[in-house]
Amino acid sequence: MLKFILKRLLEAIPTLLVLITVSFFMMRFAPGNPFSTERGLPPEVMANIQQKYGLDKPVYQQYLTYLGNLAQGDLGPSFKYKDFSVNDLVSKALPVSATIGSFAFLLALGLGVSLGIMAALRQNSWVDYGSMSLAMLGVVMPSFVLAPVLTLIFAINLQWLPAGGWNGGHLQFMILPVIGMTMYYISSIARIMRGSMIETMNSNFIRTARAKGLPLHHIILRHALRPAMLPVVSYLGPAFVGIITGSVVIETIFGLPGIGQLFVNGALNRDYSMVLGLTILVGALTITFNAVVDILYAFIDPKIRY
Amino acid sequence: MSGNYSLVRILTFGSFVAGQFDKDNLIRSKDMTHNKKALAMAVATSILLWGCGQPQQAEPKAAAPAAKQEAAKPLSKADVKLAPVQELVKGNGAEPATLDPAKTEGTVESNIQRDLYEGLVTTGPNGEVRPGVAERWETKDNKVYTFYLRKDAKWSNGDPVTAGDFVYAFRRVVDPKTGSPYSWYLETPGIVNATAVINGKVKPEELGVKAVDDHTFEVTLEKPISYFVSMMAHTTVYPEPQKVIEKFGDKWTQPGNLVGNGAYNLKEWVVNEKIVLERNKTYWDDANTTINKVTYLPIQSQNADMNRYLAGEVEMTYETPIEQFKRLQKERPDEVRVTGYVGTYYYEFNCKKKPFDDVRVRKALAFAIDRAVIADSVMGQGQKPGYGLVPDFVDGFVPATPAYAKLTQEQRNEEAKKLLKEAGFDEAHPLKFELLYNTSENHKKVAVAVAAMWKKTLGVDVALVNQEWKTYLETKSGGNFDVARAGWIADYNEASSMLDLKQTTHGNNDGKYSNPKYDELMAKSREVSDSAARNKLYAEAETILAEDMPLANIYQYVTARLVKPYVGGYPNNPLDNLYTKDMYIIAH
Amino acid sequence: MVLSKPKQQAVSSFASELEIKGRSLWQDAARRFFKNRAALASLIILSCITLLVILGPLLSAYAFDEPDWASMHSAPDFAAGHYFGTDSLGRDLFVRTLMGGRISLMVGILGALVAVVIGTLYGAAAGFIGGRLDRVMMRTLEILYAFPFMFFVIMLVTFFGRNLWLIFIAIGAVSWLDMARIVRGQTLSLKSKEFIEAAHVCGVSQWKIITRHIVPNVLGIVVVYSTLLVPGMILFESFLSFLGLGVQEPMTSWGALLDEGSKSMEVALWHLLFPAGFMVVTLFCFNFLGDGLRDALDPKDR
Repeated sequence: MLKFILKRLLEAIPTLLVLITVSFFMMRFAPGNPFSTERGLPPEVMANIQQKYGLDKPVYQQYLTYLGNLAQGDLGPSFKYKDFSVNDLVSKALPVSATIGSFAFLLALGLGVSLGIMAALRQNSWVDYGSMSLAMLGVVMPSFVLAPVLTLIFAINLQWLPAGGWNGGHLQFMILPVIGMTMYYISSIARIMRGSMIETMNSNFIRTARAKGLPLHHIILRHALRPAMLPVVSYLGPAFVGIITGSVVIETIFGLPGIGQLFVNGALNRDYSMVLGLTILVGALTITFNAVVDILYAFIDPKIRY
Repeated sequence: MSGNYSLVRILTFGSFVAGQFDKDNLIRSKDMTHNKKALAMAVATSILLWGCGQPQQAEPKAAAPAAKQEAAKPLSKADVKLAPVQELVKGNGAEPATLDPAKTEGTVESNIQRDLYEGLVTTGPNGEVRPGVAERWETKDNKVYTFYLRKDAKWSNGDPVTAGDFVYAFRRVVDPKTGSPYSWYLETPGIVNATAVINGKVKPEELGVKAVDDHTFEVTLEKPISYFVSMMAHTTVYPEPQKVIEKFGDKWTQPGNLVGNGAYNLKEWVVNEKIVLERNKTYWDDANTTINKVTYLPIQSQNADMNRYLAGEVEMTYETPIEQFKRLQKERPDEVRVTGYVGTYYYEFNCKKKPFDDVRVRKALAFAIDRAVIADSVMGQGQKPGYGLVPDFVDGFVPATPAYAKLTQEQRNEEAKKLLKEAGFDEAHPLKFELLYNTSENHKKVAVAVAAMWKKTLGVDVALVNQEWKTYLETKSGGNFDVARAGWIADYNEASSMLDLKQTTHGNNDGKYSNPKYDELMAKSREVSDSAARNKLYAEAETILAEDMPLANIYQYVTARLVKPYVGGYPNNPLDNLYTKDMYIIAH
Repeated sequence: MVLSKPKQQAVSSFASELEIKGRSLWQDAARRFFKNRAALASLIILSCITLLVILGPLLSAYAFDEPDWASMHSAPDFAAGHYFGTDSLGRDLFVRTLMGGRISLMVGILGALVAVVIGTLYGAAAGFIGGRLDRVMMRTLEILYAFPFMFFVIMLVTFFGRNLWLIFIAIGAVSWLDMARIVRGQTLSLKSKEFIEAAHVCGVSQWKIITRHIVPNVLGIVVVYSTLLVPGMILFESFLSFLGLGVQEPMTSWGALLDEGSKSMEVALWHLLFPAGFMVVTLFCFNFLGDGLRDALDPKDR
């Protein structure tokens, strides 16, 4: 196992390097200047700004400088938010997205798996159709429709919950955002779980267990669940990264200082260092969680060997 | 992972939630925090207020349809009972890029900095110039301006505000090392050596500003400009605390480090969530400040802003979504405040590209736009149709109605058809081009409406192209467009702030319109000190624009926002310069 | 056992006349599919919607891009011919919903197809072949995952202009990533099963094993996940039009209509309800269709 982890770590470095290089050069090719404004800066003013941020040097030199800084853990200044560095902004925004994401993830996992199992056990019955329809609601209702509806009902009409803000993460500010984020994942997990569970329940070893007279909950929990979780776990790896890095829609509507907004605004403002910093973050998270998923595969299906 | 376990987990989560749910912990605005004392006082005072409050409240209801620029007649602070908790929460549209006056370029940043710092002058509720740090000023020839600073102005750390702070600030703005995007603001009035410093040719110390003594600040201009003082209300020319900036460098604007001379100081800054300002007791006019704490929320979505207002968390929104405007006006007529804003929305023609180098094509397209429909039906927040570049509420400018504005829309359409035919386009040979705009619901609506009008009246085939902001800027400034949407907001309350746009060398003249007579007029206007004579020149300039039609003005901006009825002191400032120190919370 | 010779002869001649039609596994699957009531109903509803979307706009008196200045943001009005009401510019919502349906259905189905084809083959190959190829393929996947996609789209638009087919390239570039991971996971599990070992022993080439044995066995999960992709594609398209790629005004899509509708919920509920209704029904149908296909294709479900 340790060898596996070490090998993955070694592979992570060239992967990240390729990621950074490709992203860095591609961003420079996209049109648009981080400092362009509607007013149209006189050329000498633009020259001064570009010099301050080192954008007047040739691209490959900027690249090497960036790598040098990166090695010391410095992600650079934000081109858009002039009073902050990327490290400042990301380190403050990540906990927010991660907290909401984690709650949403746990909720989605619990509800999704339960719904999926329920549907699988009563295949093609009304329970199946009903629970899958319920699960589907999360997918068909996009978050930019769901979030305002939630706000309208709970914040404006009933006034049970706040309509936005983070305020250090008190619970009431998390409820609506978590609900908004989790719906999509509940449906995905439920549907994959159902499909996978049905397949597993039809396997021979389950038939044996049934023939042995084992009670149903025992069969599900002790025998069927683990192999059925395989595709769900595959889905969960990237899904977890996605949910941790936040949804720009949820963050915009509920006024949460998270990473989703930083990413989208960074791209739209051509804030190169911000986007690169976040790309590295997402890359590192993806690599980590894919490795975790691969390890979990080995636990789920003992025949899997790398 | 067992199914049982997850069910249990859900139940525990649920009870955890129920236990934590404590209404008293809700950090909400005055609507929700029903503090018993406040409630009793509010009941008592509301009964008192009911008598005197009614007539004022009734007025805006009747006036709402007609008065696009009038808010409720403001009760003065002395007439009303103030709320015990003086805190204000405002929507501010976007996260500010910086709180450093020298590096600021947007209205979002300026809104916050207007509370943090104070310049030589400020603008009053109707856009007029009022003394700020400078008590009075004088000039003999409109070239050398001397400002006499008040002696009791202090920074929030207790240091006195001196002329040296202004000198430092002005120099810092033009210093190439600062990289200020607004350094051109000091070039516009022509401060001596401003251009040279920005180009790196001379040192910032050579800039034409001087601290005659600690309380006398002098600026020398290359050519006489009569409206120079009104330009001094802008963020770029705020004073800056030299010692603090030298000590903390780029981090000087963090809460705890930031030192300002305004009515408020920076308490808390959570990027993308909120900025909290608290009353600055060392401010020279602190006795007249009422509100103790103001929070700015960078809410990007207009709908989210509105929703949080309706939920009671925001007391003043940044704007209003246009689809919701009519319903909000019907349901809450005294909360919807519409003020004219000095800005114009227009479509710019690329005068260097065929067939837009033909004035007949430009005029035809400009005539065929039904501005009344756009302003009333498509936008519908009280915008006025724009026929000239300068909006109606610019200080002292009497708009001359251009000839084509006096015709009816049918007449204009006829003219347009004629002109287009003359230029060589008809059914067999239709005019085809692309209309560029940056991604936004409102721009989309106007573009779709105008394209439909052009199609119906002139048979023109328009392809709508939307690009996101930075790409749009690059496309437009590179001249790769046929017709592009644009808007321009005045920096200072003077017609030249709008008309300068169409000079040959202006950085934003992306359509590359060039008329030497126009340039001459604008250059002359800068030297004329008599405002009536100046306005005559401006009127002439507008006439030239109506003749050449390098752009098709569509409507004049308004600021339409929701303001809670218990927020007092909301002004009709056409530059939308709001100062929290002038506002107060009425007991409610 | 048949006793007399004439009877034997009668049976054998009868038997030779009977054409012995074998029943392939796919036909078995088709039979199972059509027995599934929900899936069948979904198929019918989807076909109706497709027909409506193609022919519907011809039934209305209004064009999809013509503002009706007299009735802006007005409620459904049968008399005037605005069956679904109008949007904030006075354009007929009935026609716009159907036109939007064309785009959304096309994007959804084609996008999902692209994802399925690329993702399945990529994941199956990586999982089955294993070793260094697997590692390289998975690392490439991770790079693509973390890639700042918005810049890629902006670049595409700049270099290739605004083209409907570009949407598919952009969509194709991102949507297959998850699918590949899921298929790889399934493949890893299948790889060690006996029938694969048997195929190996029989000398079947790697490629044939992947396409003939692995892929049909992962189809179940693939089908389920692809029906999850369809709504994602539809909404993704509206995100792309925000960036300037994707359908431009006045053409519209369900995602764009939903976006507009959600902003004017309190004033014009119909603007949200009708496109949302269509989208919900369509996606539900895809859902049940997917589940029906999965059940039909499951080799163990007899």
